Amino acid sequence: MTLKINWFKYASPASFYPLAGKMIPWFAAASALLFAVGLYWSFFKTPEVLSEQKQYYKIIFIHVPVVWMGMWLYLVMVVWSAIGLIFNTRLSFMMSAAIAPTGALFTFLGLLTGAIWGKTSWGTWWDWDPRLTSFLILLFLYIGYMALQSAIDDTRRSDRASALLLIVGMALIPVIYWSVNCPDPAQCTALHQRSGLGKIEGNILFAMLTMTLAVWMYSFVSILMRLRNIILERERNKDWVAQLPEVAQ
Amino acid sequence: MFSVFFTIVRRDVLLAMRRRTDVLTTLFFFIIVVSLFPLGIGAEKNTLRHIAPGVVWIAALLASMLALERLFENDYADGTLEQMLIAPQSLSVIVAAKVLTHWLLTGLPIVLIAPLVGLQYYLPSEAVVTMTQALMLGTPVLSLIGAIGAALTLGLRGGGILLSLLILPLYIPVLVYGAGAIAASMMAKAPVQPYFMLLGAFLILALIFAPWATAAALRISSE
Amino acid sequence: MSISEFFSMGGYGAYVWVSFGATLLLMTTEILLVRSRRRAVVKRLRRLLRAGRPS
Repeated sequence: MTLKINWFKYASPASFYPLAGKMIPWFAAASALLFAVGLYWSFFKTPEVLSEQKQYYKIIFIHVPVVWMGMWLYLVMVVWSAIGLIFNTRLSFMMSAAIAPTGALFTFLGLLTGAIWGKTSWGTWWDWDPRLTSFLILLFLYIGYMALQSAIDDTRRSDRASALLLIVGMALIPVIYWSVNCPDPAQCTALHQRSGLGKIEGNILFAMLTMTLAVWMYSFVSILMRLRNIILERERNKDWVAQLPEVAQ
Repeated sequence: MFSVFFTIVRRDVLLAMRRRTDVLTTLFFFIIVVSLFPLGIGAEKNTLRHIAPGVVWIAALLASMLALERLFENDYADGTLEQMLIAPQSLSVIVAAKVLTHWLLTGLPIVLIAPLVGLQYYLPSEAVVTMTQALMLGTPVLSLIGAIGAALTLGLRGGGILLSLLILPLYIPVLVYGAGAIAASMMAKAPVQPYFMLLGAFLILALIFAPWATAAALRISSE
Repeated sequence: MSISEFFSMGGYGAYVWVSFGATLLLMTTEILLVRSRRRAVVKRLRRLLRAGRPS
């Protein structure tokens, strides 16, 4: 009974704002700690070189986490937007809008570190590798979302139009990924190289997971901070905003 | 349901015929873009044959997108769209009718003029046939998906550029397999059938889902 | 491994450190940008409040 009440209570911007404010320092601390452990492990507890790959392979300890975050955050955005469309909750749309820049940032970093990785292991900065290309398209999807959001002045239309765009994009992502990965349908199956997680050396796996968690905790910090800004801007006429300590002075 | 469908198709085609320049501009845009590549890249036969599949599809993408802005624009401006929204007939059917008209006026001309492109790019006849067939399957998908974007960006300033930004990533599968089909037809041992099956699948899926998504987008844009 | 060996990363130092460095830089910049936007929003809210909140 109490749990149900709490859920709906925090679905309003007014009650989520202070809650988010309290959560941010904890996520920041968690992120810092995980980065410390993750970086230490990545550089000192993993093998110096990996068979043919020299020390540059350490780049994967930042490349993999940011790539996963770029993809994960898009998914989370879609979910929040869908919730907003179904339940008509303003806060869900605000959350989706808050996630976009961070998601785009990680996608960009994924492309950057991916290009650097490509340069070191294959010798070229960019070679239209299917995964890199799909990732570039993901960046376009993020940018499209943010562009549509800012092009529409009316908040309600903006939220719902961007939400629909996200859902259409989400539906097409597998098709787009597949078409880029597999431009010749007749000989597609050979391209999948499954590298099961079980086969990765223990320390490397630990370092990667820790770094991923660190990046994830960080994303909470930036997203919640941005969400609070969005709430303040959208709810600026409400009484509770006027009574906030930082505003009322 | 069908009478609504055909009434709208007839109406839109009539309206477009009265302003024939719109239809012709899109077609000429396609022709110009296609003609620019040899000028920019050099007219060496083998190079042209090589890039033809991609060039044709990119030109078709861009031409289709140019015309999309006007898909709902006129109806939005004169209030007809509002009537469509509150009409008892299904909005998806109305949308499907409008998209069909859009394709008849932009996609179909491109399909018909494709052999000319084959000539310009020194394509063998099997390739030209494949190209026409692939365009036939693919251009409706472009119109269908593009309609979603047109509905989302209805009435916005900077509409055309924004529309391209939103829609072009979604066009990529059609581009990849459409161009791939033509390229495969020029290689002795490559089967073209799988490409057509994929393009056909895209068309069916787009026919089922796109009008519905476009109708939803129209409602969102007109509230 | 000595410190200089650590930094050079077998000759790939630039690549490795730019990767990690760019990430750190962009994340920091992101936070700073969000912070400065917050200051702007709060400042505007205070002004609106003093003006009697027209809208």
